[in-house]
Amino acid sequence: MIDIVMMTGTGILLGLAIGLVVRYFGVPEDPLVESLNELMPGANCGGCGLAGCSDYANAMATGRAKPGLCPVMSAEAVAKCCELLGVESDTSEPKIAVVCCSGDDNHAAKQAFYNGVNDCLNAMLVAGGAKGCTYGCLGLGSCARACPFGAIEMLPNHLAKIHADLCTGCGKCYMACPRNVIKLVPRSAAKVHVYCNSPEKATVKKNVCKAACIGCRKCARTAEEGQIVMNGFLASINYDNPPAEEIVETCPTKCLRKAE
Amino acid sequence: MNKQIKFYGGVKLDEGKMTSNEPIITAPLEPLYTVPLQQHIGAPAKAVVQKGDKVLRGQLLGEAGSFVSAPVHSPTSGTVKELSSCLGPAGAQLPAIVIESDGEDTAAEPMPVFANWQEASPDDLKARVAQAGIVGMGGAAFPTAVKLTPPPNVTIDTVILNGVECEPCLTADHRLMLEHPETIITGAKIIARILGVKQIIIAIEMNKPDALEMMTKKAEGTGVEVVGLRVLYPQGAEKQLIYTVTGRKVPSGKLPAHVGCLVTNVASAAAIADAVCLGKPLYERVTTMTGTPVVKPGNILCRVGTPYSSALALCGGVKEDPLKIISGGPMMGMSVYSLDIPIMKGTSGILLLAADEVSQYTPNACLRCGRCNDACPMEMIPGILSSTIEFHHFSLAERWHVMDCIECGCCSYVCPAGRPLVQHMRRAKAVANATRRAAEAASKK
Repeated sequence: MIDIVMMTGTGILLGLAIGLVVRYFGVPEDPLVESLNELMPGANCGGCGLAGCSDYANAMATGRAKPGLCPVMSAEAVAKCCELLGVESDTSEPKIAVVCCSGDDNHAAKQAFYNGVNDCLNAMLVAGGAKGCTYGCLGLGSCARACPFGAIEMLPNHLAKIHADLCTGCGKCYMACPRNVIKLVPRSAAKVHVYCNSPEKATVKKNVCKAACIGCRKCARTAEEGQIVMNGFLASINYDNPPAEEIVETCPTKCLRKAE
Repeated sequence: MNKQIKFYGGVKLDEGKMTSNEPIITAPLEPLYTVPLQQHIGAPAKAVVQKGDKVLRGQLLGEAGSFVSAPVHSPTSGTVKELSSCLGPAGAQLPAIVIESDGEDTAAEPMPVFANWQEASPDDLKARVAQAGIVGMGGAAFPTAVKLTPPPNVTIDTVILNGVECEPCLTADHRLMLEHPETIITGAKIIARILGVKQIIIAIEMNKPDALEMMTKKAEGTGVEVVGLRVLYPQGAEKQLIYTVTGRKVPSGKLPAHVGCLVTNVASAAAIADAVCLGKPLYERVTTMTGTPVVKPGNILCRVGTPYSSALALCGGVKEDPLKIISGGPMMGMSVYSLDIPIMKGTSGILLLAADEVSQYTPNACLRCGRCNDACPMEMIPGILSSTIEFHHFSLAERWHVMDCIECGCCSYVCPAGRPLVQHMRRAKAVANATRRAAEAASKK
């Protein structure tokens, strides 16, 4: 009997204390921040440039950041944010990451056996990793481990593959890649890509990778003016004016491919 | 001999110096030389020749790109075949100039000789060191002229010549000390003249008694002191050497100049003497080609730009296929996968390892045994640091002085769990450097 009374009494007293503290010392939460937080994706990826989702929500509410910086949020969510904040909606084009390399174990020459730390930057510091190409994907999966959405799959033949349906374009993989193989491109224009990253001469590239862009300019000649620009010996797609998908037929090494 | 203090940590290694008694042989002319424009720490040199230009031996090919940089010179006479790139020992493509030799090896007009360098002004001598493209020839290839420009507010009172060669297998400096002791001593005195220093010490490990004897004999009456040091790796590291020789400890993040010392390799000193007394720029060096798979390991005087494969052919090729090729020594050298890499100013040796000499293990979890702490000559905590770095806490690693790491490899050598500790350190250092550069770029904007 005594224990029941004791416990109930303590409970009531403590409850009262909490109630009083909240009543007199409580900090009112900004309802704006709360509702902004609800619209956030909650992945805390940092793609907006701030420390995480709730930091971004706070920053928006205090005017330190604009809506639309989050690469993950849907257009509707951004529009709602703008509505809540009472500002004009200013959305940036959603992006998608592309691994610009075709050099898996079947295509890239394997020059060395690497048995060090399983991390791309580590491998790059030891004679540039196992593959012969010094510009391509190292295939050890630093990007896949950095991706907060699980959108990157490491193929068993050592090449990173991005699943477009899961990729939100947050750019974490782009930051993690020591070779800058991953590019962020506008999602709506991401139809065909040049899956090669080496600016070297064709003779150098052909020695180390069967699927390298050899700089033959076939695609650039076939496409309309300005759709594919030659960057030295490397073709690159102008994503502001992307070429039609049929252009992939022209590529002799099949490094110009449709988006996977 | 003399009473010696011992630096903290270090390991005793099997020396494996099988080429100590092989006299230096001069490599014959190559048909093609690939001269990288970046053979040193700092900015790459800027090419001053065009494709098709005729060049002579010792002619300037690239001028220093910035303050921390060094010029490069042509190793022979011939034609510039192309300006392209070549694979470097670190695995990156380096800009390079390919010289097609004409077989005549005509020398260019040498730089004016300082007939009486004892009277020459220190600034003129320093300018010559810069002009001749001299870099630290122990492996790191830091431009010597920059080293000879100490930061303001410090006075240097001791010049230490590093003839320690604590790295196993390498004997290039050993042979140089035996065959050209006078040049080294002249070089040391020129350095002392540039810095206005009286005390010159040549430090040699006692596993080279013949070199020690030779240098002591030649140094008599020249004011140069030769000391023999007990054998311990990594005694040839700058900070450890200063501590054993002078008892001064370089504080974390500071340069040897802050404790009044300057350390330079014996080969660099010899190159300085050649540049000043003969007007010869640095375009050749002694390098050790060694390893059990090599038929006739030896020390070769080869021109910069000679491919590793030619150096190997000069040593009779291989008896068996090597499993691992290392540019440099076994402890600090860089593992490479190709023999097309050219010999550079910092290539102190090329080591080939047979299959049974290479250990291949899977790293295990840290046992917390603390052997790495006992071995680390920089008194760091490699085991804990490596775990920190493995989980990407780079700022924490930096706070725990990861930047002090000299990458000597003692921790990895003693680790019973086979953990790649140095590799972790190198990664943390690369990340810290990248962060610093990004911050600098951001502050400039």
